Amino acid sequence: MEPVLLRARGVPDSRSIATYLAAGGYEGWKKALGMGPDAVTKEVLDSELRGRGGAGFPTGRKWSFVPKDHPGPRYLVCNADESEPGTFKDREIIEYDPHQVVEGVAIASFAIKANTAYIYIRGEFARWAKILEDAIAEARQRGFLGKNIMGSSFDLDIWVHRGAGAYICGEETALLESIEGKRGFPRLKPPFPAVVGVFGKPTVINNVETLACVPHIIVRGAAWFSSIGRPKNTGPKLFCVSGHVNRPGVFELPLGVTFREIIEEHAGGVRGGRKLKAFFPGGSSAPILTADEVDTGADFDACAAAGTMLGSGGVIVFDDTVDMVEVADNVAHFYAHESCGQCTPCREGSDWCMDILDRIVAGHGRPADPDTLLRICRFSSAGMTICPLGDAFALPISSIVNKYRSEFERRIAAATPLPQKKQPVLPWAGPRPGFGI
Amino acid sequence: MNTRPIVAASPEALQIVTFDAAMEARIAELLPRYPTRRAAILPVLWLCQERFGWISPGVVAAVAARLGEAPAFVEGVVSFYTMYQTAPPARYVLQVCTTLSCAWCGGRELVAHLKERLGISFGEITPDGTFQLVGVQCLGACGQAPVIQINDDYYENLDIAKLDAILDELAGRS
Ligand SMILES: Cc1cc2nc3c(=O)[nH]c(=O)nc-3n(C[C@H](O)[C@H](O)[C@H](O)COP(=O)(O)O)c2cc1C
Ligand code: SF4
Ligand code: FES
Repeated sequence: MEPVLLRARGVPDSRSIATYLAAGGYEGWKKALGMGPDAVTKEVLDSELRGRGGAGFPTGRKWSFVPKDHPGPRYLVCNADESEPGTFKDREIIEYDPHQVVEGVAIASFAIKANTAYIYIRGEFARWAKILEDAIAEARQRGFLGKNIMGSSFDLDIWVHRGAGAYICGEETALLESIEGKRGFPRLKPPFPAVVGVFGKPTVINNVETLACVPHIIVRGAAWFSSIGRPKNTGPKLFCVSGHVNRPGVFELPLGVTFREIIEEHAGGVRGGRKLKAFFPGGSSAPILTADEVDTGADFDACAAAGTMLGSGGVIVFDDTVDMVEVADNVAHFYAHESCGQCTPCREGSDWCMDILDRIVAGHGRPADPDTLLRICRFSSAGMTICPLGDAFALPISSIVNKYRSEFERRIAAATPLPQKKQPVLPWAGPRPGFGI
Repeated sequence: MNTRPIVAASPEALQIVTFDAAMEARIAELLPRYPTRRAAILPVLWLCQERFGWISPGVVAAVAARLGEAPAFVEGVVSFYTMYQTAPPARYVLQVCTTLSCAWCGGRELVAHLKERLGISFGEITPDGTFQLVGVQCLGACGQAPVIQINDDYYENLDIAKLDAILDELAGRS
């Protein structure tokens, strides 16, 4: 397809406002100011744009939850935390086309009548935070931000707020706490952020890619956007392909292509002529799919029907040399490290899974281990925790145990008892989380 | 869950630091961005880390006093976020991604090589204070696996030979 979100990739000097304006940049912003907030929201609603941050919630609907009659400030927050393993698309947008993000943030802020917007970017992305700050400064200098923008009497400031290393701050309510200057502890919902958000005010949180779609919808219309993709799964989507493929990278494709097309055609197939074994379709929080499921459609509803999630669009590919027990162990290390610790099923459950999986990998598995893992995971899903991170570790681990159980059993059959009951430490695994590391 | 105490590395680390005029000017720029002073904690801590190298107990006390918070509150924030250094860091902090795409595309081999070459494990610093090895989670650059972040910079598509060349270069810098 003709690139939309990545049209600037490869264009010389693509980050500068001059290049952006020459390609029709900020036309959407001008048009939106003329349309008024309600018409902008209606256009986004009609486009059927769904959030690209993970959950696929309809963006226009989210905007319309902000109470109309609320006196006082409200906020727009752009989520550039990009921490889901396998996801590297927001960085690509910011790298090549930061003004697209600034324009999307501006239009969304106008639609919900917010005069302040924050872009929350993960701490590691120092370079990309600077790129955004430079773009914001350029836009302000040209009068696209600030006071009385283009004579519309609408004011808007955008600030970049850097995180400092915490996956959980990608979760929207943890992110709001982090903007407020606190530890990133997710909040219980309801109230939802659209009613009580950052600083206690109505707040809309959208992902970078979601907001980057908005200027195109305003300029080219909802009908154009919804003609791309499939019904209820409309528009272009960035797929990040990593792992054992010949051409890893970010590919812009209509929602609804199959994972086979993404992996085989766009990413050049499994590398070294090997066979596909398994893949995460949407970051490591999504249940894993096997090679037999590669014809699943890459959209929100097709993934849900296949028992998984499109998530962030991070496709992680494993070839037939990969040991799935070790994959489960790696996933457990990630979530054990990133659990914020508020809820027992998530904090303890992710640690227990990590301990059990480390032990199986080290050659000391026990026959009851697979069922114990499944039981721990069951206790940490389906609403047993404050935020979805509880599900995010439980679902992928239980999917691996269920789909590759024979690999667990083979290892366990050959296992020896654990010497001195000492927890084994694997030489290659990440550091074991805990106090003092 | 991961949480790290702030280390009282030396008697000086306990001394409350003072912010000079340049620092105060940057703090003054930050404050109007937020409706509360508390919201400036993360950006002010970033400024301090840039300036003082790490977040010592003395920095915590100064940030708390400047923003009207209890030191315990600021310490709670610092210990939650892994990128704030809670002990004096090495000159180069090697943050090696240990997550899926990196791990299975050569990252495990890089980790083993680094541990052997530097003679240290995760969380440790070489005796000359040049390198510190930190195992981190996905850096959001998985298409360029394996990835290492050294201080603020990303190094991508690495292999052992490229990594060795980078380390030689860094170790040679004065
Ligand atoms: C544990 C966890 C981590 C998340 N990380 C991110 C992230 O890094 N980036 C992101 O945009 N959304 C992330 N989300 C989703 C956000 O909570 C939120 O749904 C999203 O930013 C909303 O934007 P959207 O409607 O445009 O998708 C995460 C959610 C959870 C539960
Ligand atoms: S589910 Fe996990 S990450 Fe989410 S609030 Fe509970 S402990 Fe924290
Ligand atoms: S897995 Fe290493 S950068 Fe994502």
